[in-house]
Amino acid sequence: MEKRVTFKGWLLPLLLITPQVVVTAVFFFWPAGQAIYQSAFIPDPFGLKSQFVGWGNFQFIFTDPYYLASFKTTAIFSLSVTIVSMGVALWLALMADRIIKGAATYRTLLIWPYAVAPAIAGVLWLFMFNPRIGVVSWYLDKIGYDWNHVLNSNEAMLLVVLASAWSRISYNFLFFLAGLQSIPKSLVEAAAMDGAGFWYRFRTIVFPLLSPTTFFLLVVNIVYAFFETFGVIHTITAGGPQQATNIMVYKVYSDGFVGQDLGSSAAQSVVLLFVVGLLTILQFRYIEKKVHY
Amino acid sequence: MAGMVERNGAGTIISHVGLIFGIAIVCFPIYLAIVASTVEQKDIVSPPLPLLPGGHFIENYKKALLSGVNIPVWRMLVNSTIMAMGIAIGKIVISLLSAFAIVYFRFPLRTFFFWMIFLTLMLPVEVRIVPTFEVIANFGMLNSYTGLILPLIASATATFLFRQFFMTVPDEIAEAARVDGAKPMRFFFDILLPMSRTNIAALFVILFIYGWNQYLWPLLITTDPEMNTIVMGIKQMFPSGDDLADWPVIMATALLAMLPPVLVVVFMQNLFIKGLVDAEK
Repeated sequence: MEKRVTFKGWLLPLLLITPQVVVTAVFFFWPAGQAIYQSAFIPDPFGLKSQFVGWGNFQFIFTDPYYLASFKTTAIFSLSVTIVSMGVALWLALMADRIIKGAATYRTLLIWPYAVAPAIAGVLWLFMFNPRIGVVSWYLDKIGYDWNHVLNSNEAMLLVVLASAWSRISYNFLFFLAGLQSIPKSLVEAAAMDGAGFWYRFRTIVFPLLSPTTFFLLVVNIVYAFFETFGVIHTITAGGPQQATNIMVYKVYSDGFVGQDLGSSAAQSVVLLFVVGLLTILQFRYIEKKVHY
Repeated sequence: MAGMVERNGAGTIISHVGLIFGIAIVCFPIYLAIVASTVEQKDIVSPPLPLLPGGHFIENYKKALLSGVNIPVWRMLVNSTIMAMGIAIGKIVISLLSAFAIVYFRFPLRTFFFWMIFLTLMLPVEVRIVPTFEVIANFGMLNSYTGLILPLIASATATFLFRQFFMTVPDEIAEAARVDGAKPMRFFFDILLPMSRTNIAALFVILFIYGWNQYLWPLLITTDPEMNTIVMGIKQMFPSGDDLADWPVIMATALLAMLPPVLVVVFMQNLFIKGLVDAEK
C-alpha cells in the first residue's frame, strides 16, 4: 500500500528520518554486529588483545552442560509462565464475559497489575515466600511443609514462574475478554437452546473461535517469558540455586556482565538473536493471517 | 448447566463469586505490601504478618522518601520520571517524523531505512547486553539521563503505528494542502499532528509504562546510586549478606514504584486499552 499523493524533495525526508536511523544504527545494529564479531574471539583477562577462535565459543557453549541446562530451564520456565498466566486469564475472562452489571469495575480491578513492573512483582512474591518471614511460607510451615526456595531448585522455579505469570494476567485477560466479546452471542445462544452445556459449548464453539487470540497470546507470552522476566529472576533468585532458574537471557547477563566471560556471552547473544528472529517471524505470520482474515 | 448463557441467576452469581475470588488472588500480593509498609520491622520479623494495616504509614513512607537505604527514594522517583517521560516523548517524536517521511515522500534508500527500523524488533537489549554497554561507555554516557533514554527511543512499533494511521488519512487532505501551497512541515504540524492526537495519547500511556518499568538497562548503566531509577533501585535496597532487609521501607518503596504507572492505567483506562491493542497490531 502506497500513498498516491506525496510531497516533492528528498533532503527533507532524509532529515526527518535521520534521528531514528542514527539511534537504530548506533545502539542496535552496531552492538548486534559487535556481538557477532566478539563471538569469534576470546579476549584476554585484561582486555588488551583478543584471540581469534572461530567457532570455538559456540563449540564451547554447546558442550557446556550449564548452557544446555539453561536451554531446558528456559523451555520449562517459558511454557509454565505461558500456561499458568493464560489459564488463569482465560478463566477470569470467561466469567467476566458473562456479567453485564459491574463488568467495568471488574475490568478495572483486574487490569491495573499490568502496570506493576516485573522486578516489583518479584519483590512482592519474594516477600510472601521469604523462608524466614514470608506469610505464605509461614502458613505452609504450619501445615507441615518446609518452604525454602533459596535451597530448593523446584521451589525456586515455581516461585519465579508464579511471579512472572502473575504480572502477565492482566494483559492476557484483556485480550481474552476482547476475543470472547467478539464471538457472536447468537451462536452460543443457539447451542444453549439445543441443550449444549457450558463446557460443551466452550469446547465446540467458544474455544475454536477464540483460537486466533489464543495463538497470538501464546507467541507474545513466550516472548515475554524469554525476555521481559529478567527483573523477576534478578530480584528473586539471581539464577540460583545451582543455576536452577538461570534462563538464557539471565545467563548472557551473568556470564558477560558479572562473570566477564565475554566470548561466551557474545556467542550466547548470537544464539538469542536467532531465537528472537524465529519468534518475530512467528508473530508476523500470525499478523499476516489476521490481515487476510 | 444448560441455560447459563441466558444469564440466569445461578450462573451470574457463580461468575461474580469466581471473579471476586480471582481478584482477591490477583490483589493479595499488593495488599500484603500495603500492610507491610504500614507496620514496624519487629512485626515483620516475628511472623506471621498481621493481616490488617498498622499505624506506621507516615513514618515508613517518610523514611523511604527522605532517606531510603542507599539513596532517598524521592531521588529515584525523579530519575524514573525523567527516564519514562524522555523515552515516551522521544519515541513518539522520532517515530512521527520517520513515519511522515516514509509515507509522504519518495526518497533514496526509503525501503532500506524502512526495513532497518523494522529489524530493530529483532534486537532487544537483552540480546546485546555487553556491546551496547560498551557503546554507552565509549560515549561517556554512563550514569547520565542521555544514556538512560537515548538507546531506548528507537521504535519500530511506534513508527508502524503512525505509518498505518497516516495511510488512513484521505489523500484529498494532502492534495488540498498541496494545492494551497502548504509546505510539507506546515501540513505536518497543522493537519497531520492534530489528527493524530488520540493515537499519540494512547501510545504515550503505553510507552510511559514501558519506560517507567525498565529494569535491565538502568541496572547496566547506572552504577552511581544517585542515578538509580526506582524500579531497579529497589533491588539495591536489599542487604548483600545475611542481614535482614528493612522490609517496611522496601515495601513502601515498592508501592511508590508502582503508583505512577498504576494511576495512569486506572485513570486513562480507555487510552491504555487502545494503546495496548494498537501496539500489538
